[in-house]
Amino acid sequence: MKRIALTFAFVFVALPLAAQESASSSANSGAAAGDVRIQSLEDKVRTLTEQVELLRAELQSMREVRTPAPAADAKLLLASSHVEPGTVPAAPEPSAGGSAAQPVAVAPPMPAQVTQTQTFGGATSNAKLLNPDISMIGDFIGTAGRNTVSPGKTLELHESEVGMQAIIDPYARADVFISFGEEGVNVEEGYLTFTSLPAGLLMKVGKMRAEFGKVNTIHNHALSFIDRPLATNNLVGGEDGIDDAGISIQRFLPAPKDWFAQGTAQIFRGDSGDLFSSNRRQDVSVVGHLRAYRDLSESTNIDLGLSYSRGHNSAGIGSAFNPSNFITNLYGADATLRWKPLRRAIYNSLLFRTELFWSNRDQLSLVDTFQTQHAFGMYSSADYRVNRRWTVGGRFDRSGHATNANLTDTGFSGILTYWPSEFSQIRTQYRYGHLWDDPNQRYTNANELLFQFLFVMGAHGAHPF
Amino acid sequence: MFETRIFRQIGTFVVALALIFASCAPTVRADSKIQIMAATTDLAALAQEIGGDKVTAESVARGYQDPHFVEAKPSFLLKLRHADLLIVVGLELEIGWLPPLITQSTNPKIQVGAPGYFDASRFARILEMPTGAVTRAEGDVHPQGNPHYWLDPDNGLRVAKGIADKLSQMHPGDSAYFAQRYTEFEQKLKQADQQWMAQMKPYAGRKIVTYHRSWPNFADHFGLNVVGYVEPRPGIPPSPQHTVELIGQMRRDGVKIIVVEPYFDLKTPNAIARNTGGTVVVLMPSVGGEKEITDYFKLFDYDIAKLKQAFDSTH
Repeated sequence: MKRIALTFAFVFVALPLAAQESASSSANSGAAAGDVRIQSLEDKVRTLTEQVELLRAELQSMREVRTPAPAADAKLLLASSHVEPGTVPAAPEPSAGGSAAQPVAVAPPMPAQVTQTQTFGGATSNAKLLNPDISMIGDFIGTAGRNTVSPGKTLELHESEVGMQAIIDPYARADVFISFGEEGVNVEEGYLTFTSLPAGLLMKVGKMRAEFGKVNTIHNHALSFIDRPLATNNLVGGEDGIDDAGISIQRFLPAPKDWFAQGTAQIFRGDSGDLFSSNRRQDVSVVGHLRAYRDLSESTNIDLGLSYSRGHNSAGIGSAFNPSNFITNLYGADATLRWKPLRRAIYNSLLFRTELFWSNRDQLSLVDTFQTQHAFGMYSSADYRVNRRWTVGGRFDRSGHATNANLTDTGFSGILTYWPSEFSQIRTQYRYGHLWDDPNQRYTNANELLFQFLFVMGAHGAHPF
Repeated sequence: MFETRIFRQIGTFVVALALIFASCAPTVRADSKIQIMAATTDLAALAQEIGGDKVTAESVARGYQDPHFVEAKPSFLLKLRHADLLIVVGLELEIGWLPPLITQSTNPKIQVGAPGYFDASRFARILEMPTGAVTRAEGDVHPQGNPHYWLDPDNGLRVAKGIADKLSQMHPGDSAYFAQRYTEFEQKLKQADQQWMAQMKPYAGRKIVTYHRSWPNFADHFGLNVVGYVEPRPGIPPSPQHTVELIGQMRRDGVKIIVVEPYFDLKTPNAIARNTGGTVVVLMPSVGGEKEITDYFKLFDYDIAKLKQAFDSTH
């Protein structure tokens, strides 16, 4: 009550005060001056009325002369309606006692901007309204050099990813990423996120990249290299990684002071590249992930993760064995150390990341006996932002083959990235590989130079973390 | 037989998860204070002014940090998940980092559009709303207007009013308290503003150059004239050609002051200063930019003292 009363009191006192404030000084100089002013005001009103009459007459004559003039007519009206609030800025409404002509007389010449400041708050971007945030990311890759094992194309628009993101209703949002590649169209991710569940649960439903380690969750364009690590290709499902239709549940876990812990449980149909393949409806795959994070200081933090995944593979299909007996178990561990000084965040940062993968794959040996291959793979990478526009990085790779743990590919890369702005990126990567050449049954060296142009249009996406 | 094994495994998995989740039932907070999280320190400071001891207000970004480039660290989620009210600057200032934090916070109260989501820009007077076609040829433009609006004390007051109304709506029992705190804040701010205006009066109409377009509201309020930017376009780092042009322009117009935000590199501004006989002034765009800037008043105290000093030293 008191507050309302106060507000009312304020409004009633302030309005006339504001209206009179500017006039009061001149009023002091005497009634004579006031008379002169009123005289001049009357003159002004008279000339304005005359002008209005003139305009009206002109309008009338235009209407009469040219019948197909409604368009011009409408324009004129629009223009005049626009001018009015500019020349006569919304002054405090003259209260009953005040002289009505006053605001016109004392209005100082206002800059054009004033018209917009009558309302508060930002403009509504009309193009958006209820449309989703739409973005398109183009990823152009060129490759030169020698690689007989996994040769990339000389030049390709590797991927054009269209992203559509929107809030669906008060309870959920949806994110859809459609990837147009050289071989066709693919829904990379498309999921609904329920943000308002009880007990702090975050549920996602749809097709999504599984929460298995770090690199598996990152889209191609957000990686700090052009390609994916050897371990991803050999053990974790190739370029798309574990990317499947399913349901995901995530929750914060209790953690010691200053630690952040999170658990994720996901269940998928069981089809992910050459990693998992589902023969029967119950051959679902599962992914579990535990994450622990801690700020070591304002600018430094560590991020640790453990992952597990299990699903059926295609090794037994067409054999004498029951295909359902062939399982792949994947284990992963990841560690990331980030450094980014807050005062110079856009100039310098450092990121170290290591991921380890263990794959236990049931399959048939050469002599058709049941066996399990235990393969190990890892990569370690470092990125350093030298200044606002340049980043240098490196990556070491080592990975066994899921189907034959005795064969180990190794490699390293040097990466240089240039950012013309936040919305484009030019990157080059030198890649060396010591790779197993299966058709020729021997190891071979690969030396390649890759380059990449990335561009983002449309909605401003979130910065990767 | 194998099916049962699978089902058993999945069953075990689900039970294990259920146990994990059950072990961390949501903790009930004993204190009845309104937990406020603000995107920036300025909004947290305003919320604290109005909320007094009935609220706790914290911010995600620090005062010396570029508010466009805050990292979406998981540690922020721990604070966001318990927040009753999230105050954002809006106008897409936080678009690179806040949306994922809001989603992952799993806090229904602060989701976009929920009662606990408070967009402060809706109460402020916004400048530099682009007209005509908006493209990124202009750099990282904010299609809904310049988001650095809190640097005008009048906007601070408007936002404070909005916060006061919101807090009263959330805790009707304390509405008189919030209204009173708002009235006190209004008086105090108006008094302070008179002093600031008086201090800045001798420099009215002075031309300055700023690094980023962070200061239109500040310049508008205190009668300064921003005639150029060190950045060729918002969010685009300085280029040699633009710098040469800027130096020429500053010489022609006799501009001596280059205002820089604390999170930008001083190399180019210093070079410009050397070539024009000007001075670089690091002004704080936010509360907490320096240790002594502990509230919204000290922010203007600091910036105005710095500016005054710079204006006096160049003449």
